[in-house]
Amino acid sequence: MSVRILDAGDAALTIEFGSVIDPALLAAVNALDAAILRRQQAGALAGVIETMPTFRSLTVFFDPLATDRDTLLAALQPLIDAAEHGTPVDGRHWRLPVCYEGEAAPDLAEVARTIGIDEAEVVALHSGTEYLVYMLGFLPGFPFMGDLPARLRLPRRSQPRVRVPAGSVAIATGLTAIYPWESPGGWHLVGRCPVPLFDARRASPSLLAAGDKVRFTPVSANECRALEAGLRSGDIDPMQWLVADAAHAATAEDAA
Amino acid sequence: MSPQTELEIVSPGAFASIQDKGRHGHRRIGVPWAGVLDRRLMRIANALAGRDEDAPVIECFDGGLQLTAHGGAAKVAVAGDAVIEVDGADGRRQLAPWRSVTLADGESLRIRKMGNGRIAMVAVAGLDVPPVMGSASTYVRAGLGGADGQGRALAAGTRLTLGEADALGSDHVLTQPPTADERPIRLVLGPQADHFSAAALAALVGGDYRVTAEADRMGIRLEGARLEHTAAAEIVSDATVPGSIQVPGAGQPIVLLADAQTAGGYPKIATVITADLGRLAALRPGQTLRFATVSAAEGAQIARAAEAETCALIAAIRALPADGIDLVALYTGNLVDGVVHALGAEYRPLY
Repeated sequence: MSVRILDAGDAALTIEFGSVIDPALLAAVNALDAAILRRQQAGALAGVIETMPTFRSLTVFFDPLATDRDTLLAALQPLIDAAEHGTPVDGRHWRLPVCYEGEAAPDLAEVARTIGIDEAEVVALHSGTEYLVYMLGFLPGFPFMGDLPARLRLPRRSQPRVRVPAGSVAIATGLTAIYPWESPGGWHLVGRCPVPLFDARRASPSLLAAGDKVRFTPVSANECRALEAGLRSGDIDPMQWLVADAAHAATAEDAA
Repeated sequence: MSPQTELEIVSPGAFASIQDKGRHGHRRIGVPWAGVLDRRLMRIANALAGRDEDAPVIECFDGGLQLTAHGGAAKVAVAGDAVIEVDGADGRRQLAPWRSVTLADGESLRIRKMGNGRIAMVAVAGLDVPPVMGSASTYVRAGLGGADGQGRALAAGTRLTLGEADALGSDHVLTQPPTADERPIRLVLGPQADHFSAAALAALVGGDYRVTAEADRMGIRLEGARLEHTAAAEIVSDATVPGSIQVPGAGQPIVLLADAQTAGGYPKIATVITADLGRLAALRPGQTLRFATVSAAEGAQIARAAEAETCALIAAIRALPADGIDLVALYTGNLVDGVVHALGAEYRPLY
C-alpha cells in the first residue's frame, strides 16, 4: 500500500491509501479513522476538528490556529503506519425494503434492455447481493455501496436528471446508492426505498454507517406505500430492518 | 405579562438565512458545515451587538433585508459595507454600517444595498435559535437549522422572538472598519494537482477568472482559462473541503463553499486558504479575481495574521454616545468639527 499525504489547503490533510475502490483500502481508512478517534478521546491530537473517511482516503480537518500541519503529521504518522495493516470493521447488517415496480423504478426497463436481460433478472441480481457501505457523503446520509454484480455495471446516464426523488435506489459503475434527499443525479434509478436514511432527531442521524452491510428485499408498490405511511406516522421504527447478529448468522448458514 | 419583543423579517432581500460558525463533526455522514461564509464579519457583528462572537446571526446576500421591531426595542448590528436606512417615528434616516443600533418598537432597519462585497452579517441581541445537530446554521438541502429548525431560509413574515431583554445598553461602533482587500485569492495546490498539466497549473494563477451567475452558499462557478486534465476528469470520490477547487471535464473551476457536498468525484486542482474564503464568497457575479499560490505553511501563517487582525478590530470597538447621535449626520453635518471626518481610520471615539 503506497500512502500519500496530500494538502487540502491550510486546514486539512488527506491521507490517501490508494486510488481505486477496494475493501482492503477501506479497512486501512477505517482503521486510521478509529485510531484518530481513540487518540482524541484520550485528549491527544489537539486542534483536530473532525475526520472524513472515504473509499480510499481519510481527510483530517484541523484548526490551523490550534495546531500546525507538521506537528499534526508527526503525531499521525505512527497511526498511519499501523492502519495499513487494518482489518475490516465489523459493521451491522441491514435488510432494507425496495420497491422495484412502476414509477418507483423509472430506469429499470432501460437498464434491462441495455444489459440484455429481463427486468426480473435485474431485480434478482440487485436484491440478491449483500453490499458494503463504503462511505457516506455527497448528501447527508447518502450511502455509496458496492460492489454491484458484474452484469449490472453501467456508466452513468449521459443526461443527468435535474431532480432525482428522495428514496430513489440507484446504480452506476460498480456502485449502488439510495438518495436520501431530492437532488440532481446521474445514476440509473431502479427502485425506491421507503426507509428514511437520515433524520436529525435521531441520536445517530444517519441510519447507515461506513462498514455496514446492506441487502435489499423486494416489496410491492402497495407494501411500499404502507411502509412509508407507517414510517411517517411513527408506527414503524426503521431499526426493525437491522438484522440481529444471531439472525444474520442463521441466514448466512442457510445460504451456505 | 409584557409582550415579548419580536423582530419581523419584512423582507429577506435576495437571500437571508440564520448562520453561526457551522455544524461540525458530521461530514462523515455527509453533512457539510454550513455556517457563515465570512466568520470575521459574524464575529464583528456579534461583538457590536454585545453577543458571544459565534452566536447565530442573519447572513444577508446582496442587500434588501428589512427588519421591524415589535413589542419592544431591539438592538441589531450590521457588519459589512452596507447602505442602511432606519424608518421610525421621526422619519427616515441613513445609518453607517459597522455599528449597532437600537430600534424602538415599530422602527425598521433596511439594508438598501451593498457597497463593496455582497454579504452583510446582522447580529441581533437576544436572538436565540435552538441548535440542530450542534448548530443553528441553516442548511436548506437537508432541512437543518435556521429559525424554524427545519432548514428554511428567512422569508417575509418570519418573526424572530428575542430573549428576555436586559438593559440594551449603549450602541457600539467599529472604529476601524476593514478596508477592501483587492489582493489575489490565495490557494494551496492540491490535493489532485497531479491530475493537471503544467500549463493548467500556470493558467490557474496566470490570469483573471470571472465569477459566473452560479455563485451561492454551495460554491462559485468561475470562467477563465481552461484547465487541462492530464488524464480522466474523474477520480474515485474523496472528501472535499470548503475552498476545494474542483475541475470537471470542461476545464472551468468551481470553488466549493460552506454548503457544498462533502465528497466529490472531480479532481481538485487546489484549495483556497481559509483566511481568503470570506473575501471570495463576497465577490459578485461578473467580478473578476486572480489566484496566487502559497504553501500550506504560508496559508497557516496568513490565518494567524488574519486572526490577530480580527482581534484588533474587535478590541477597538467603542460605545457610541447614549443620546443616539447618528454617525452619518455627525460626519456629513460636521457637527463636531475637527473631531470626526469620515468613518474609518480617522474616526476617534467620542469618549
